[in-house]
Amino acid sequence: MFKKFTKEDVHSRSNIKSSVQRGLKTKFVSQFEKLEPVIDDIIPKKSQAILIKCEDRIQLYSIDEEVVLFQHFDDLIPTLKVVHKYPDCFPRVQVDRGAIKFVLSGANIMCPGLTSAGAKLPEENLPVDTYVTVYAEGKENALAIGKLLMSTDDIKSINKNIGVELVHYLGDGLWNLTE
Amino acid sequence: MSEILPKEVFYCGVCTFPPEYCEFGLSFKRCKQWLQENNEALFDSIYSDEALANATSTLSVEKQAKISKELEKKQAKEEAKLERELQMKLASKVIIKRIERNKRKHVIEISGLEVFNIDMKKLAKTFASKFATGASVTKNAEKKDEIVVQGDVSDEAKAYIEKLLEEKGLNEVQVVQEDDKKGKKKAALAAAAAALSATGGVPPPAQKTR
Repeated sequence: MFKKFTKEDVHSRSNIKSSVQRGLKTKFVSQFEKLEPVIDDIIPKKSQAILIKCEDRIQLYSIDEEVVLFQHFDDLIPTLKVVHKYPDCFPRVQVDRGAIKFVLSGANIMCPGLTSAGAKLPEENLPVDTYVTVYAEGKENALAIGKLLMSTDDIKSINKNIGVELVHYLGDGLWNLTE
Repeated sequence: MSEILPKEVFYCGVCTFPPEYCEFGLSFKRCKQWLQENNEALFDSIYSDEALANATSTLSVEKQAKISKELEKKQAKEEAKLERELQMKLASKVIIKRIERNKRKHVIEISGLEVFNIDMKKLAKTFASKFATGASVTKNAEKKDEIVVQGDVSDEAKAYIEKLLEEKGLNEVQVVQEDDKKGKKKAALAAAAAALSATGGVPPPAQKTR
C-alpha cells in the first residue's frame, strides 16, 4: 500500500476532535484487544491527534509529529514504530530467512514462506482478514505488517499462493515519511 | 493490571531500520560502520562470527550464496547511485534570475534547487514571510520547479540560499545571479524566431516567458 508513497500523496492535515479521538481509541482496542492496558500510552488522553488524509483513501493519524496508526477503509492498523514498542499486543507470524529480502521490497508473502522450517505460525487459528505483524527467522523486531488472505489453518493445509498481503514494511514510503 | 512498558528499539542512523535488518538494506557497509561507532554492544551481538553462522544455518548454501550475491550487486548499485547524486549536486548550480517587470519593478526567479532535496513550497513560504512579499512555486519551461519571489531581493535570497546549502554541507555549490532585462528578452525572442525561420520550422527551445 505504501510502496510508492511520498509527501505529494498527502492531501490535507487537520486536528481531530477529542470525541473522535476517543472513538478512535475504542475502535483500535476493539481490533487489537491486547492493546487495552497500553492504549493510553500510545494515544494519551490529553494529546492532540492529527488526521492526515492521503491518496487512495488512506488516512494517517499522527500524534506528536509521529504517525501512530493509519486507516484504510474501516481497518485501523498500527505503524511499525508502534509495533516495535509494543510487540506483544499484536498477532504475529514469522517468515523464514529466505523471504526477508522479498518482504523488505514489498512483496506479498506466499504460504511456503510461512510454513517452512524457519517460519512460525500461531498455534490457534487466525481468521481471514486479520492484521498480523510479520517477524523473521533469527530477528527480534517486526519487519512488516500484513493482512491474512487465508486463515492460518488454511495456510498450513493448502500451502500455496499468497498467504499474507503486505500492507506496511520497513523502508516503505510510510516508514520514510518525515514531517 | 500490570503495566506494559514500551520496548525501546534502537534504530540504525543510516538506513533507519532496526540494525538487525541493515544487511538487507541498500547501505549495508555504511550501516555496519555506523553501528560499530555508535553501539558497540549491539554490533558485537549481530556481527560476531557465531551469530553469522547461526543466521545462515537453515538455508542451503547455494541459496544463501545466491541471495547474498544479489544483495551485493544491489548495494553496489546503490552506492554508485549515491556517488552520482553527490556529483550531480556538486556540479549543479543555483540560478537566481532577476527579471524586470516594468521599469522599477522586478521579480526574481530561483531555479536549480530541486536536486538538493529542499522543500520548495516551504522555502517559498519562508521567503514570502522573510521579505514580506509574494512568493510562489511554479513550473518552468523544462517542467522543473522554481520559486518566483516578487520584488528585487536577489542579494538577500542569495545569502539565504548559501547559508541553507552550507548547513547541508554543500559549500562548493555555486549560486549565480543573473539579470534579465526586458529588452534582452525581446532580443532573445527575435533571435529564436530568426533561427526558426532559418532552420525551417524546427521548434525552438522553449522560451521562458514570464
